[in-house]
Order: sequence, then C-alpha cells, then structure tokens
Amino acid sequence: MSHCEPPSAARSVGPDVLHVALVGSPNAGKTTLFNSLTGMHAKTANYPGVTVTRREAIASFGDLEVMVVDLPGTYGLSAISPDEQIVADSLAGTIEGVSRPDALVMVADASTLERSLLFVAELLRLGLPACLVVTMIDEVAARGGAIDVDRLSTAIGIPVVGVIGHRGVGLDAVKSLLSDPAAWSRPVMVPPAEAAARSAWVRSVLSVAYRPPGADNRTRRIDAVLLHPVIGVLVFSVVMLAFFQAIFTLAAPLADRLDSLFGWFAGGVRDRVPGWFGEMLADGAVAGVGGVLVFLPQIILLFLILTLLEKVGYLSRAAFLADRLMGRFGMEGRSFVAMLSSFACAIPGILSARTIPSERRRIATMMAAPLMTCSARLPVFTLLISGFVPDRSVLGPIRSQGLVLLGLYVLGAVSGLAYAGILSVTALSGPAAPVVMELPPYRRPTLMAVLRQTWEGAWSFVRKAGTIILGSSLLLWVLLNVPSSTPPEGLTEARQASYQLEHSAAGTVGKALEPVFAPLGFEWRTNVALIGSLAAREVFVTTLALTTANADDASLPDRLQELRNDDGTPVYDAATVAALLVFFVYALQCMSTVAVLRRETNSWKWPAIAFTSMFALAYVGALVARLVVDVVT
Amino acid sequence: MTVTRRLSDVAVGETVVVRSVAAGEGGHGRRLEDLGVIAGTLVTVERRAPLGDPTIYEVRRSRLAMRRADAALVQVASPDEPVTHFDGETHVAL
Repeated sequence: MSHCEPPSAARSVGPDVLHVALVGSPNAGKTTLFNSLTGMHAKTANYPGVTVTRREAIASFGDLEVMVVDLPGTYGLSAISPDEQIVADSLAGTIEGVSRPDALVMVADASTLERSLLFVAELLRLGLPACLVVTMIDEVAARGGAIDVDRLSTAIGIPVVGVIGHRGVGLDAVKSLLSDPAAWSRPVMVPPAEAAARSAWVRSVLSVAYRPPGADNRTRRIDAVLLHPVIGVLVFSVVMLAFFQAIFTLAAPLADRLDSLFGWFAGGVRDRVPGWFGEMLADGAVAGVGGVLVFLPQIILLFLILTLLEKVGYLSRAAFLADRLMGRFGMEGRSFVAMLSSFACAIPGILSARTIPSERRRIATMMAAPLMTCSARLPVFTLLISGFVPDRSVLGPIRSQGLVLLGLYVLGAVSGLAYAGILSVTALSGPAAPVVMELPPYRRPTLMAVLRQTWEGAWSFVRKAGTIILGSSLLLWVLLNVPSSTPPEGLTEARQASYQLEHSAAGTVGKALEPVFAPLGFEWRTNVALIGSLAAREVFVTTLALTTANADDASLPDRLQELRNDDGTPVYDAATVAALLVFFVYALQCMSTVAVLRRETNSWKWPAIAFTSMFALAYVGALVARLVVDVVT
Repeated sequence: MTVTRRLSDVAVGETVVVRSVAAGEGGHGRRLEDLGVIAGTLVTVERRAPLGDPTIYEVRRSRLAMRRADAALVQVASPDEPVTHFDGETHVAL
C-alpha cells in the first residue's frame, strides 16, 4: 500500500490513513456492514456547518488501519435533502476539513439490484476505486432468485462480494478487499450517464449474472393488513396511541424519580459547599444537569420506539398512511413522525425532519414542531390544572381536569398544523421536490442495531439540548441572585429568599415587564418564572416556587391561590390561569429549540420568525382566553 | 399510433411501461429517475392509500409510494404497445 503508513501507537487519523466511504440507498444494509467492519469503535460527529451526523471509525485489518465512513443513505447524487447533499459533497471532496475518500464501497440490496445498479453506474463515473457489496443475498435465494457475484464482477469490471450481514457471511472477503483498494480492478468502460442508457447498462450487466427474486409475499401479506383502508387505519391509530401512552406512563415515573434524586443531590451540595459558590453549584449546575437528565428517560424511549418502527419497516407505512393529511398543511407523510416525536420534545422532532427531501416541507415541519405539546410543558399544565381547575365529573369517567389537558394538547396540535399550512402558502411557497418514498420489505432488526441507533439519538439530544439547558440554568441562577441584597430583619428563611429574588436582576426585569404582561394578568412573580422557563419550560414551576416562597410550607398550588394583589383580589384568578395555560401552548420559550432550529436551517431567519410569531400567538391567544373566561364567569 | 397516459391515471392492478418522465419543477424528473422510473421500465400500480393519495407502485422490484401530482409527470403506455427503444429492443421488461 503506497499511501498507508504502518499503524502508529496513537491511532491518529493522519492524511496517510486510507479513507474508505460506504455509499448506498437507505435500507441497503450499509449501517449493518459498517458496524460489523468497525466493531464498537465508531465515533459520531457533525459535518461542518450542518447537523448531519458523520459516522466514522478506524477499522484494523491485521496491521493495517482504514478509516471507514458511513455516508447517509441516498438514491443518487442529484441531492435534494441535506443528508444527500453531504453524500454528493463528500464524494466530490468539497467539504472543508474532510478529505475526499480514497475508495468507495458501494452497498446494494440484492433484491433490488435492478434499481441500485443505476446508482452504482452513477458512482462509477466518479473514477474512484470502487467495489460492490451485495447484501441480503439469502433473501434473494429464499424468493427463488439467484445471483452470481463472480459474473457480476466480470460484467461490471470491479470486485463484487455477496454478504449476509446479520450472519456475518462474506465479511472476511470485504475485509481482505479493504486492505488494498489500489489493487481493485477498474471498469473497462465507464457506464453511461443518460438515464435510459444507464438503464440499458444495468440490464445488460444483470442479464449474465442475476435471476430476479419472486414477489416478496410476506411483505405483501402484511401490507394487505397494515395498509388496509379500515384495519390499517385502526392499527395506525393504536400504534400511535400506544407510542404516546408509553412515553408518558413508562417514562414519567422515572423522570420524577430522577428529579427528586437531583433535588436531594443539590441539597447535599448546598449543605457541604459553603457560600455563594455552593448555592451556584447546587441551584445552577446540579439543577441544570438534572434538568437535562429528567428528559432522558422519555427521549431514550422515544428513540427506542422510533428506531424499532423504522427498522421493522412500519415508519414508512405510517408516513404513507398520513401523507394525504399532512399534505393539506404543506407537509408530507414523514412530517407526521416528526410531529409525533415533538410531543415528547421538539428537538428530536426537528432533527427527524432531516430526511424530508423537499426544503419547504422540511422547514414547514420544523417550524410546526415547537407547537406540539412537549413534555416540558406538562409540569406547568399539571400545576395550573390541579391547582385551579375544579375536579368534577363531566360525563361518567371523563373528568374536567383531564378534559382541559386534552384540550390544550388538541389546541397545540391543530395550531401547529395550521401554522405549517399558513407558512407553506406564504413564506414557503414555490416548487417542492416530489414526494416519493420507498416502502422497504418488513425485516426483523437485530437488537444491537436498535440499541446502537437509540443510543446515538439520545446522545445527540444530550449534546444539542444539554449544553444549552445547562448554560441557561447557570445564567438564570446569576440573574436570580445578583445583585445580592440584605433582607430586612425578622423575615423567615423562605421570605428572605423571596425578598432576594424580588430585588435581583431577574426580579427587576420581571417588574419592568409588568406593563407588557399586565393585560394578561401576569405580575412580576409570573414574569420572573417566564424568564426562567426560557432555559426549559418546566423551570417555570421551580422558579415560581422560589418567587412565591413564604413562611408556611403550603404546597405551590395553595400558595398561588393565596397570592393577593394590592387591592385584595387574587393574583391567580380563573382568567389569569387560562391566559397562562394558553400562553404556554404557543410561546417558544425554549432556547434549545431555538438553537436547534438555527443549526438545522443554517440561518437565524427561521428561529427568529418562529420565536416572534409564536410569542405573538401566545400573547394574543392568552388575551383572548382571558377575555373569554372573564365573560363566562 | 401509441396511446400514452399519465401514470397517475392508471388503475390499481395494471402494469404499464414508462415512456417518458417530464422534468417538472424542483428536480422532480431527476429524482424519479434515481428511484428507477426511467423510460422503458415496467411499473405496476399496487395500492392506493386509504385517503386516495399517495399510491404504491412496484418499480424494479422495489415499492415506491408516489403522490398523484408527481406520478402525473410520468407518461406511460400499455406494455403491449410496440415501443422502439434507442437500443433497438422492443419493450423492456425491467
């Protein structure tokens, strides 16, 4: 190997390490191959400027090290989605800081070779050393087809290996190929570029080496049920409800336990580390880390369920079923999955929009995601509903409090769809890429592959949201504690804290904001809590607990009910509570979401539009809610 | 004379052969070609979504869901129609 140094002890990736890229269509088995070639050593990072995940690993073959990069799945090089653009740019060598690959490993599913070889033809025109790995050759045989890899290799003019990924068949042949790409045979004749000529090239190559498999009857039989006009829609609803239910009933208790664990831990830190530093550590850093980790149980569950549905093949069916509905609002089937994820958290929702090829539908989806009722709103809703909505039966087992909560979810979802619909005929009008989705065969995923993808998703959440939540909660601590003031004599400890808050920077801002929020019925304590909620919405509850702290250890809802204005009227009357609930349905009080929108759209334009328009919606909506409740009561 | 139709007008269960793919706006045509919808390719209409759109087509042994508006860009003919292709073959069975 001319351009391969002996492996260094430091395993550094120098320019001399051979760089091999895996290229292929989605569902071709590319990632399975990547995992079996590289073991557990993959590291993920982002491509510069975009948040497309770059998966690479150093694979050792004997004394030789090769850097293997798993490129996103794509059908061709005429890129339209950010994922596909990365593939085109990587192969052209135009990404800053990332060298052009030295060789290509093209991965193609044996059962769809008639399509994947079209992409192979396009890739061969790049002139890089290339080999072809044909995956899932067992499926072809099981369905009565046949493939002769040696003849295929002769016909195309490059090395061809057949593999069965989950059983490890053919892996050694791939590994020994990778040790010396310079020795790979090259096509005698470069395949043609024009589509019909390419198609003829594919036909002639396959005519000598391939008997196509028969129909995939298992997939057909499953689809006859899952895509059935009645049964299919029923199953769809049940799957989505179960998904929703699982996130709340399975993850919520875990999140509560984590929350109290961190509360206890913060208390311990406060007791042991003296002075302001201990307080900052406890109420800023520990509370901030806790604020991130509280989300983790449901984020992990969300990614686990989504990964399972995707790998089994159901996610594309769900997108197929929901496409028409989402199309009415300027989005597409895949947007449905993003919307659904956003009920847990807008960030994974926005990230999953990446696979939507059309830019305008992708942006419409990302912009609507924050209006879905994320789980961080739930503590706020729970506090206000349990404290102020009388709990009575409306119709049998259906109770008023649950009905109000359901109403808020519906309000968010309907508004989100309408918001995307309005955007797509105003700021986002124009031509859009076609909606074409492949429905892969149903397959049983391996446990490792599912766990791996779940872990990667959860970790990307921690990286993207974690730093922002942590940073914001440290900043919030400073705002709540600076400048330090001396409370008057004779106050209880809790009242002292509340006095300090009132005279802090945050308290001052909260008071300065009173004219703005007075029409909604919010006074300074609420305003300070609203500022706090910019770190993450559920911080509203803890901040409100601080600003309303008093002598008697009453529960937070009780304290809120007892709060009085100067004229003796309650601060939290029905109208104000209604206004606050509606405000939380709409307002984009989440800096992590703003930051992720900024990264995913690569501009400040969309997060700025989202923040201001959703604030306006929140303000007007809260005002309307207040007026309506005032009239009714 | 060859009768061409739009793929979006073909009934479920019918198999047709692609005659041409219009360029369309926003890279439509190229996208469809990447997915294997190329002149000479056989396409079988498999199933429509419960709400009538999109439709699943079998193309080159993969199954693609395509919206009506996008399928309308594809001109098709009956596979029995004689087609003289550039490589001299009468119709192509892919």
